[in-house]
Amino acid sequence: MISFKDIQKGLLVSLWFVFLTFPLMVIKVNPIERVITWRWQNMGWVALGSFCYYLATKIYKARKLARQQQIKLGLIKERVDWGQRLLSERKIYLPVLIVVGLGFLIFPLVLSTYQTNIMVTALMYVVLGLGLNIVVGVAGLLDLGYVAFYAVGAYSYALLNMHYGLGFWTVLPIGGLLAASFGILLGFPVLRLRGDYLAIVTLGFGEIIRLILENWNSFSHGPSGISNIPRPGFLGLHLSLGHSITYMYYLMILMVLFTIFVVNRLQNSRIGRAWFALREDEIACQAMGIDKTRTKLTAFALGATWAGMVGVIFAAKTTFVNPASFTFLESAIILCIVVLGGMGSIIGVIVAALILILMPEYLRAFSDYRMLVFGAVLVIMMVFRPQGIIANVRRTYKIPDAIKPKLSRK
Amino acid sequence: MLELKNICTYYGNIQALHDISLKIEEGDIITLIGANGAGKSTTLMSISGIIPPRTGEILFKGQPIHNLSPDKIVALGICQVPEGRHIFPDLTVAENLDMGAFLRKDKEQTTKDLDYIYDLFPILKDRRNQPGGNLSGGEQQMLAISRALMAKPQLLLLDEPSMGLAPLVTRQIFDIIKKINREHNTTIFLVEQNANLALKVADRGYVLETGRITLHDKASTLLADEDVQKAYLGI
Repeated sequence: MISFKDIQKGLLVSLWFVFLTFPLMVIKVNPIERVITWRWQNMGWVALGSFCYYLATKIYKARKLARQQQIKLGLIKERVDWGQRLLSERKIYLPVLIVVGLGFLIFPLVLSTYQTNIMVTALMYVVLGLGLNIVVGVAGLLDLGYVAFYAVGAYSYALLNMHYGLGFWTVLPIGGLLAASFGILLGFPVLRLRGDYLAIVTLGFGEIIRLILENWNSFSHGPSGISNIPRPGFLGLHLSLGHSITYMYYLMILMVLFTIFVVNRLQNSRIGRAWFALREDEIACQAMGIDKTRTKLTAFALGATWAGMVGVIFAAKTTFVNPASFTFLESAIILCIVVLGGMGSIIGVIVAALILILMPEYLRAFSDYRMLVFGAVLVIMMVFRPQGIIANVRRTYKIPDAIKPKLSRK
Repeated sequence: MLELKNICTYYGNIQALHDISLKIEEGDIITLIGANGAGKSTTLMSISGIIPPRTGEILFKGQPIHNLSPDKIVALGICQVPEGRHIFPDLTVAENLDMGAFLRKDKEQTTKDLDYIYDLFPILKDRRNQPGGNLSGGEQQMLAISRALMAKPQLLLLDEPSMGLAPLVTRQIFDIIKKINREHNTTIFLVEQNANLALKVADRGYVLETGRITLHDKASTLLADEDVQKAYLGI
């Protein structure tokens, strides 16, 4: 399966990687003591790692090719993708669903406050991912400034609470609506753009919002942020910190369920189909009488609504907001969740959000290499599973022969 | 039914149409023939409102429509089959047809129309669960026409339905066009490079040259016209 030539090429690849990573992995300069430490053992690891990785991809590709040929010859049947099988066979997904559901239900009761707290953050990203999924995955509009809407939500709670004393439950819908109107505001000028240009303008919008929050001191208290934001109340009871986090956890679970329900209904609705169609061919859409601007604006506004509501929850959870929480990196992470999970796939986005947010928390020991691992995971994903962890399966119409209406004409 | 009065359409600073005026009566098949770059497709785009004219008037049943957005124009009953088909490649055939009926609210009639379409093009029925991108060129053209018919248009705008198709398939498509016109009394505005075939199907024809209408007459007269024969029929 592996020829001598492959090994030769693998060696060349590892040599190249050694060269590339040499300044980073081998040389370590200590500017205080003015000494250089040479970490030669790292070089060996890089060489070995890249060589093994190269061979692994080679073997994987060769096997894939062989299987495809066998399928072509009719020797074996095409394997159904495991992600698809998980979703399509009731016997498999029902018990999985029950176990996962129960797990989530008792999570805060058996595990510590710390764990619950992390999980709340992860669930927030699930909702953010699902919201962005409407814009990027379903409608196909690449939005790199999604975090701006998140910021709008968070600051609307912080400011409305500080100035007018409004409570969490009042601001939750207001934050969503404000974010939606910001989405429409951004949408109007940029929707004539497509692809890369749209991405650049949304990126700019995200930065504008952050810079305004950072520099308009009299409005947003600048970089020092706003503190002492109250946590959500529960029937007027005073909750301890631990209880309050547990309460937020269940709140987030409800929020996630609500989001899944709405997004699922949206995707199978008339407007959902219009989004899918718009992603595929704009001219045809216009010829079919779909209002291009309105359809895109709804996608933007609906996506932004979720970001706004999660923003409110974020402000309530951390009791403190400042502009540093709303950098471009946040947008990038949310976008990664959508791409990694599989564009347009609800379950994929949920899985990806949990992986991407929980993994760094539990791998604190490797926190120095977090971004490195992050990048590597993304590259590996693009090589092996470009369609995402669990690709989107669109609902198809099947008309059973029995109830097919009789053809009667002429 | 549809009247264009002195239409001028521009792409930026470049004028593509110069004072186009034409008239389409209800129930007719009218064809617009011309060479590459004459402005045939632009005329259709102007009618559908995708590239609205800068000056001039477009009247549909006496109502001006040149200021309306494309979706409003479709809602009035003018539907275009764009050049190069523009089907949705990742949606199934059934979903493609469904998109055609996007603006319609009468579910029962829509299902009936769907049956009619499947009757018209049995191949689409066989392939209704396949993605549109998997169809052959001819099938895609059938799908594009069917999708437009699902909108139940009063005026159907066809942009080069013969493009890239084998002669036999082209003839089949043209037979269907005639059938649609006869059975549904759908007015058809046909833009074609295949002048010979188009003029044989049509009632009247317009000849477009570099953005200007140079000739218009009965289709049979045009077919016999010496200049037309020389320029477009290769006789």
